[in-house]
Amino acid sequence: MLKVRIIPCLDVKDGRVVKGVNFVGLRDAGDPVEQAQIYDRAGADELCFLDITASHEDRAIIFDVVARTAEACFMPLTVGGGVRTVEDIRRLLLAGADKVSINTAAVNDPDFVRAAAEKFGTQCIVVAIDAKAVESAGVAGKWEVFTHGGRNATGLDAVEWAQRMEAYGAGEILLTSMDRDGTKSGFDVALTRAISDAISIPVIASGGVGTLDHLVEGARDGHASAVLAASIFHFGEHSLGEAKAHMAAAGVPVRPVTSEDSKKEDA
Amino acid sequence: METVAIIDYGSGNLRSAAKAFERAAREAGLAREIVVTEDADIVAGADRVVLPGVGAFRDCRDGLAARDGMLGALHTAVRDRAQPFLGICVGMQLMATRGLEHGETPGFGWIPGDVVPIAPADPALKIPHMGWNELEIAASNHPLLAGFSGQHQHAYFVHSYHLAAENVGDVLATTDYGGAITAAVGRDNMIGTQFHPEKSQQTGLALITAFLGWAP
Repeated sequence: MLKVRIIPCLDVKDGRVVKGVNFVGLRDAGDPVEQAQIYDRAGADELCFLDITASHEDRAIIFDVVARTAEACFMPLTVGGGVRTVEDIRRLLLAGADKVSINTAAVNDPDFVRAAAEKFGTQCIVVAIDAKAVESAGVAGKWEVFTHGGRNATGLDAVEWAQRMEAYGAGEILLTSMDRDGTKSGFDVALTRAISDAISIPVIASGGVGTLDHLVEGARDGHASAVLAASIFHFGEHSLGEAKAHMAAAGVPVRPVTSEDSKKEDA
Repeated sequence: METVAIIDYGSGNLRSAAKAFERAAREAGLAREIVVTEDADIVAGADRVVLPGVGAFRDCRDGLAARDGMLGALHTAVRDRAQPFLGICVGMQLMATRGLEHGETPGFGWIPGDVVPIAPADPALKIPHMGWNELEIAASNHPLLAGFSGQHQHAYFVHSYHLAAENVGDVLATTDYGGAITAAVGRDNMIGTQFHPEKSQQTGLALITAFLGWAP
């Protein structure tokens, strides 16, 4: 049986981790490669880097981070943030990323997703959707796509947009609720379920995880194929092993952390 | 020192794959030179051959055919000289008689069978089959897989097609996704995995280590 993936996400700015892991024994808490290795040993199912570097000139740094991570961690790596051209994708894949996540560029030019999928294969094209609930009287179960961290409304219906991106060749949808992101109040389960049930490609639920029960809800109630979380793992509130044990106890199929992995975690 | 040729034919980045093989060799104390190459002569003379592959069957076949002499070099190393061969993902699918993705494309014909769309019995299951799934070892005495038998080992898959082998004996492992999906095939000196050992953490490194020491 296919397992629900748990994906830690690291925000990387100018080659350094923002709000990084605070584990004992870390030589350099800001080094994304070292943090990636910790998650690798802890049994993460995949890893995600979100590059939030502001200036275009400094973007080259992420390629080096990706290359060093891919040489040390033997698990799938997704990289997002500022992916705007076929050349951006080519460079990230050549550096060692397995998948790239496209957000604003997809909204600006949906054909970019089609071109990227045709050139590199659907398996490495993730479309990130940032969605907010539509607030108006009498409207329920509607969400709108936003860009720029929730600042810019697009007028696009999130469910229809996800279906269109699937048709254009997206291999996976990374779905973030902008209403829940950073609130620690749990995924927007209704949103996650509405999109997951409307498309045949996998959905990664993101935004709002504050407890281990939230991870369970995203998979069991939201029908997500994977759950992405940041702070719950970074700040040592919970380990990946605890998360997996909790999900397994709730009946969500997860890949167990192997004894060999956890031995390394203890070492 | 033995040379392990990882064939580079424009199908994605192979540096991380090479690093996985280097680490496996180092940790097992095996003297192996890992070479990522698009040179047919190096492949023809290699001691072990690895064929990766991502994307569509036809694109991969075309990419190999576009490298001068590469298809012949593969045949020389794997069939004439019987060196150990590992195909990964589409590199495994190419071992089949033909692929049916984007029309009909001939494979190498090493493992009789077709590469067909996966069709889970449960329509709610997503396509592609993407993520970690448990290996069911059919060939529990195969030297590369014996260590996984009964161990509930998981490997990382990402694919929409799989190799439907004609001979049940060629299927070394399966995984369950609304029915049995071919996870590994092989015979003689050849093995192919639908999953990605280079992305499957400890399980993958264990398989790579076994391949590097395999003497079929």
